[in-house]
Amino acid sequence: MSILSKYQQVSDLHDRIRSAKLGRDPFSVCFDAIHDATQAEIAGETVILLGSNNYLGLTFDRSCIEMAAAALRGSGTGTTGSRVANGSYQGHTELEERLKAFYGARHAMVFTTGYQANLGIISTLAGRDDHLLLDADSHASIYDAAKLSAAQVIRFRHNDPEDLARRLRRLRGQPGDRLVVVEGIYSMFGDTAPLVEIAAVVRAAGAYLLVDEAHSLGVLGQHGRGLTEATGVKADFIVGTFSKSLGAVGGFCVSDIDDFETLRVACRPYMFTASLPPSVVASVTEALKQMETRPDLRSRLHANGSRLYQGLEKAGFALGPEAGPIVSVRLPAVETAIDLWNGVLDNGVYCNLALPPATPTGEPLLRASVSAAHTSEQVDQAIEAITEQGKLLGLVGSERVAAE
Amino acid sequence: MNKNSTTFDVLEEEIKKLAPGRAVSPATSVTRDLGLDSLAVMNFIMVLEDRFDISIPMDMIAEIETLKELEKVIETLKVEQDGA
Repeated sequence: MSILSKYQQVSDLHDRIRSAKLGRDPFSVCFDAIHDATQAEIAGETVILLGSNNYLGLTFDRSCIEMAAAALRGSGTGTTGSRVANGSYQGHTELEERLKAFYGARHAMVFTTGYQANLGIISTLAGRDDHLLLDADSHASIYDAAKLSAAQVIRFRHNDPEDLARRLRRLRGQPGDRLVVVEGIYSMFGDTAPLVEIAAVVRAAGAYLLVDEAHSLGVLGQHGRGLTEATGVKADFIVGTFSKSLGAVGGFCVSDIDDFETLRVACRPYMFTASLPPSVVASVTEALKQMETRPDLRSRLHANGSRLYQGLEKAGFALGPEAGPIVSVRLPAVETAIDLWNGVLDNGVYCNLALPPATPTGEPLLRASVSAAHTSEQVDQAIEAITEQGKLLGLVGSERVAAE
Repeated sequence: MNKNSTTFDVLEEEIKKLAPGRAVSPATSVTRDLGLDSLAVMNFIMVLEDRFDISIPMDMIAEIETLKELEKVIETLKVEQDGA
C-alpha cells in the first residue's frame, strides 16, 4: 500500500494499454521533431498530425513567429509572476483590448491556460447558494470548476434543452443565481450545442449563460467568433482558449456584465498563477488578426473536415453525429481501439485515443481533428490508413465499397 | 411511479436496468459493488432525479457510499424540495 494505491484501477488500465500488441503508450507519445502544422517525426518516421486541434494551422505562421520572436527579445522570456501581484505587461492589456474589439464586448480577461479560464470564471461566478447547471458531456475543466465552486451543481442531459428546462424548474423557490454552462463544439464527437433553444430556456428561467468556445473559436461563425456568432445568440459570458485555433496557449473570458473587473481580484486561478509570457501574448495577438483577415482558413478547415468525415463514413465506420473539424470513430472495445490507434500510427497517421470514462457514451474512440493546413492528399492518406487498419480489425467490410 | 413503492424499491428497479442480475441490499456500495465508473454513477443520479422529481447536487453524491445512504439523501431532498 502506498499513497498512490487509490489509483490502482487507472494504473491497471494504463498497463493494459502499454502491453497491447504493438506496445506504444498513447498517453506518452513524444515527437522527435515537428516539421510544420501537419507533420512531425516519431522514431525516425514522418507522421501526419491528425490529432492536434490545430484548426487553422497557425503554429508555424510566419508573422506569428516574427511577432513572438520580437516580443521575446524585447520583453524577455517570462513575466515571472501574476498580473495582480507583479503587474501586467502592455501586451496583456493590448490583447484584452483586441478581444473586446473582436467580440464587441465591454470586458475581457486573459488567463494563462484555457483550463484556468474555465476553472476561474465558473468557480468565481457561481458561489454559495447559487446553482451551476452543466451539460453532462462538459470538459474536465468545467467539472473541476464545479468542484472548486461553492455552488450546488446539477448535470443536464447532453444537448437537451427540455431536460435543462426541467432541471431549472425543479430549482424554483430556491435562492441564488443560476449559471448554465455549455460548449460551442464538444471535443469528443465534435457536435455543436443547440444554442438557440438552450438560450431560450436560460432566458425564461432568468439564468445566466456561459458558452465555452474552446473548439469553436476560429471554426464557427462568419468571423470565427464561434457558435454564439453562428447562431446569433448573446451569451452572458464567453470563455475560450488560445491553444487551438490560435496556435499557442492561454485562455480568456469576455462579457458585457457590469462590475466584471471585480473578477480580477476575486478569481483565484487568475490571481495566483504566473501570467502568459510576452512571446505567447504577441503570437496570439497576431493569430487573432490572421484569423480575422483570412476567412479562407476557415473554409479550408471545413472542406478538410467534410472530406475526412465522408471518407470514413463511406468506408463504413460509425462516426459522431455531424461532420466538422473533429471526426471520431466509435469503437466496440478498448482493445480494438488500442490496436486501431497503433496500426494507424504505424501507417503514418497520428490520431488521439479516447477511452471511457473520458468519453461521453462509454465507447472508446479514435479521435481525429483536421487543420486548414492539411492538404487534400494528406486527408486522403489518413482515410486510407484508418480504413486499411479498420479492415484488418474487421471493423469495416473489405468488400463494402466495391460491392456498392 | 407506483404510489405504494418505497424509495428503495425504485432504487432496486433502476439498478436492475443498470446492472442486471446484481443482488442489492441497503449495504451495497454504489461505486464498488455495482461496478459503476464515475460517469455511470453521475448518469444514475440523473435518472434518479427524474424518477423522484428532485435535484441531487453533485457535492452530495461524493458523500454517498451505500444504497442506504442514497435512500436517506433522496428522502430528505423529497421533503425539502416538495416544501419549496
